[in-house]
Amino acid sequence: MRTAVRGRARQVSDGGVRPSSTVLTVATSTIAGRQRPKTGSILLKTVMAVTGLIFVGFILAHMYGNLMIFAGREAFNEYAHHLRELGSPMLPEGGFLWIMRITLLVSLVLHAASAFALWARAGKARTVRYVQRKGQWATFVKRSMRWGGAALLIFVVFHILHFTTNTIQIGGNYDNPADRLLNSFGVWWAVLIYLFAVACLGMHLLHGIWSAGMTLGLNTSLDAAERLRLTAILVAVVVVVGFALPPLAIFLGLIP
Amino acid sequence: MKLTLKIWRQSGPEDRGGVVTYPIDGVSEDMSFLEMLDVLNEGLIAEGEEPVAFDSDCREGICGMCGVMINGEAHGPERTTTCQLHMRSFRDGDEIVIEPWRADAFPVIKDLCVDRGAFDRIIQAGGYISANTGSAPDAHATPVPKENADRAFMAAECIGCGACVAACPNASGMLFMGSKITHLGEFPQGQPERDARVMSMTAQHDLEGFGGCTNLGECSRACPKGIPLNVISQMNGDLLRAQRHQA
Repeated sequence: MRTAVRGRARQVSDGGVRPSSTVLTVATSTIAGRQRPKTGSILLKTVMAVTGLIFVGFILAHMYGNLMIFAGREAFNEYAHHLRELGSPMLPEGGFLWIMRITLLVSLVLHAASAFALWARAGKARTVRYVQRKGQWATFVKRSMRWGGAALLIFVVFHILHFTTNTIQIGGNYDNPADRLLNSFGVWWAVLIYLFAVACLGMHLLHGIWSAGMTLGLNTSLDAAERLRLTAILVAVVVVVGFALPPLAIFLGLIP
Repeated sequence: MKLTLKIWRQSGPEDRGGVVTYPIDGVSEDMSFLEMLDVLNEGLIAEGEEPVAFDSDCREGICGMCGVMINGEAHGPERTTTCQLHMRSFRDGDEIVIEPWRADAFPVIKDLCVDRGAFDRIIQAGGYISANTGSAPDAHATPVPKENADRAFMAAECIGCGACVAACPNASGMLFMGSKITHLGEFPQGQPERDARVMSMTAQHDLEGFGGCTNLGECSRACPKGIPLNVISQMNGDLLRAQRHQA
């Protein structure tokens, strides 16, 4: 066997400090300059899992409400009105809605704050990047969770300005809930914005539900992992279809 | 086989390091990856150059000492350790990029060697069972059900090589830690320290500067022992339980 090694072709190093060839640093028991984070990363993940599941519950109820438009304008308006009176007379008018809103707002703040904290920690955990990295599905999922999550945050603000406060009015007459819906989704770009948000939500749920199950300790065997994955896929598909149907049907003029 | 190696050279922890290209000829496809590096080093020594520093010990895939990033994959294209990866997994004329594990919790000592002392300190924090080491106990004095023994053996396959950290997009050490916690938690002898173990090990993990787990599963795909993700979920569940017990 003939071996020829032709020396180094190019040294990209800028030199720096070059200690002798003996290895000076072996495993030490001290970690200089590091402090234990106040909140453990698993605790932050638990907060994200619980608040995320609250959102899943809300999203499914919200989707059910949207689908009422297929029962006609009257039914949809009645449903919207009934939401204000839910729990009456035990609760004042709109009382149930405000309980929901406060719960969702607190969940949103906790969910996003934990996400940004973990994002920052992950950034600090690998400050020197790989020269070469094989394209990974996981990297795509990670980005879709983080950037897709940020996109959803912006969408939520837009959505509230659009359909809750009616600050943004698209497509004319905004007298009642059904009119707002039907007029808005007669406009192509409104349909596109909502479909994009629904796609982001679907991706977020696909990994989010699986991840929440992992964090809450539900993946205890290979079978359990399979069940968890199927649940995540099922919920994501139902949510995407359920949310995409009303705007698409309205845009195509299928709802009178 | 004729190959072009692009190897990360870094003279010490303080050096910034960089990639150096080495053409190499006469590589047999029956060589292991480490033998190929040995051949490279013999050539470098003959020419009076500093050989490439890399870790290795048993060279039979059971010690967890070796491990480098090969073409952007931990331990290279096959699901095995670097020492058990053979050159037949590559083609003549290939360019191979070799880098050390990248994580701030695993500082580079030299070239491809990293300091995995962080793993030792996680084990020291609680990855053990305090046992009376007097006379040997009777066999079967403490029966262990078959399913528990099987799962413990599965988790105990972890050799602590660090490929999970290297492959993780967040540089998290949770697959390693989950393996140890699952392994010891399956035994009756592991129960008294179970809560304290998971709490102090996870705290040490965060202190070492590893990232958090986002349940993506790259660790499990890179693991030469094929340890499944459910050890992480087991650890998460154990931590929740321990916090409930403490509250």
